[in-house]
Amino acid sequence: MRPIFPLQLSNFSGISAEAIEFWRGERRVLAGVSFELARGECLHVLGPNGSGKTTLLRVVAGLLEPEQGSVHWGGRPTREQRDAWCAAFSYLAHSDGLKPELTARENLAFEIGLRRRVQDAELDEALARVGLAGRDQAAGTLSAGQRRRLALARVVLAEAPLWILDEPYTNLDTAGASLVSDVITRHLDAGGAALIAAHQPPAIPNHVPRQLVLA
Amino acid sequence: MHATGFIAAMRLTIHRDLLIAFRHWGQVAQPLIFFVMVTTLFPLALGPDLATLRGIAAGTLWVAALLASLLGLELLFRADHADGTLEQMLLSGQPLAMLVLAKAVAHWLVSGMPLVLLSPVVAASLAVPRAAHNTVLLSLGLGTAILSSLGAIGSALTLGLRRGSLLLGLLVLPLAMPALIFGARAIDLSIHGDSPRGPLLLLAAMLALALTLTPPAVAAALRISAE
Repeated sequence: MRPIFPLQLSNFSGISAEAIEFWRGERRVLAGVSFELARGECLHVLGPNGSGKTTLLRVVAGLLEPEQGSVHWGGRPTREQRDAWCAAFSYLAHSDGLKPELTARENLAFEIGLRRRVQDAELDEALARVGLAGRDQAAGTLSAGQRRRLALARVVLAEAPLWILDEPYTNLDTAGASLVSDVITRHLDAGGAALIAAHQPPAIPNHVPRQLVLA
Repeated sequence: MHATGFIAAMRLTIHRDLLIAFRHWGQVAQPLIFFVMVTTLFPLALGPDLATLRGIAAGTLWVAALLASLLGLELLFRADHADGTLEQMLLSGQPLAMLVLAKAVAHWLVSGMPLVLLSPVVAASLAVPRAAHNTVLLSLGLGTAILSSLGAIGSALTLGLRRGSLLLGLLVLPLAMPALIFGARAIDLSIHGDSPRGPLLLLAAMLALALTLTPPAVAAALRISAE
């Protein structure tokens, strides 16, 4: 199956996390979490509310600094190569990361424009791909599900080899959920990798996500 | 794939922030209206004696500009923090200090520049002679740029705090005092027919220092606030 957009995989060799420990005040949120994620693989992070799924994803993204342990990419800790590491992944957080005053197209043009040169046709294609063709209105006037789709379009357009997705199915209807599964499948087929925190296992045909259970 | 250079990233950030500002006219106009109203109150309260007005003009213009600049500062990073775009900016792979600088420039273009452009009119209402109007423009131009730059530090440090605006004032006002002293002095000298060159050069030096030192400090503060 052809990837939606060409992936820049030449410099991606998978990631590993070693004995990550993270504390919030007196509470140890992550206790020695380790995993490896290679090209073409999906790692599903699951666990009850408050088990540290989002925290783990934020640590991997570099938004949080763990007390112990580190994330490695290309044999080096990611904190030593922050800018290159940021270019290697695309992050979908709990919040959609969209400006409500800007249109769907303007949001994409800015967010992707910070990473790479983007053509108008690519923006149109991405909006159509997530079912938002012809809905170039202020993001603040879109429904929660439509904003989630728009955020997903940003992930796809970033052309990053690793996707870090925090509850990607939130606010989506059935069609939206299958759209997420579809784009993840294509991403993995193209040799990308995905780290997904979700309460339900992602339905990805031809790929069996490995599981990382947080207590 | 052609990666975006930091100059292009800065241009995009300025463009985005201007676009958002122009879609929120009320917020943009607030500091400007405040500036005009405060400076208008003085002639009304003190009476039409031109010598008295001329005596307080430099201080009035500067204090009003300082307080007006504070009004918009709180919002510099708050909306980005609330809607998650700050996180995306942190992860964009662009040097954060440069994006911060771009945001400070956009903030000045929206809140500082209109105030500067209006200042000769306000200065005239305070009986500032026409010969001193250029100094008013230059002094407030440099000064408001310094305030935007210093204010970014306060805005980043108070991000996520409930009563951030109060703390923001307490943080920024002491830092802005040297600019206030030299800025007001420049206008005062010009009003009395002396050369304002010395204070203006000091203001320019302060701006150069602020533009160099504040972006990395703001970037570090934003990274801490994002946690």
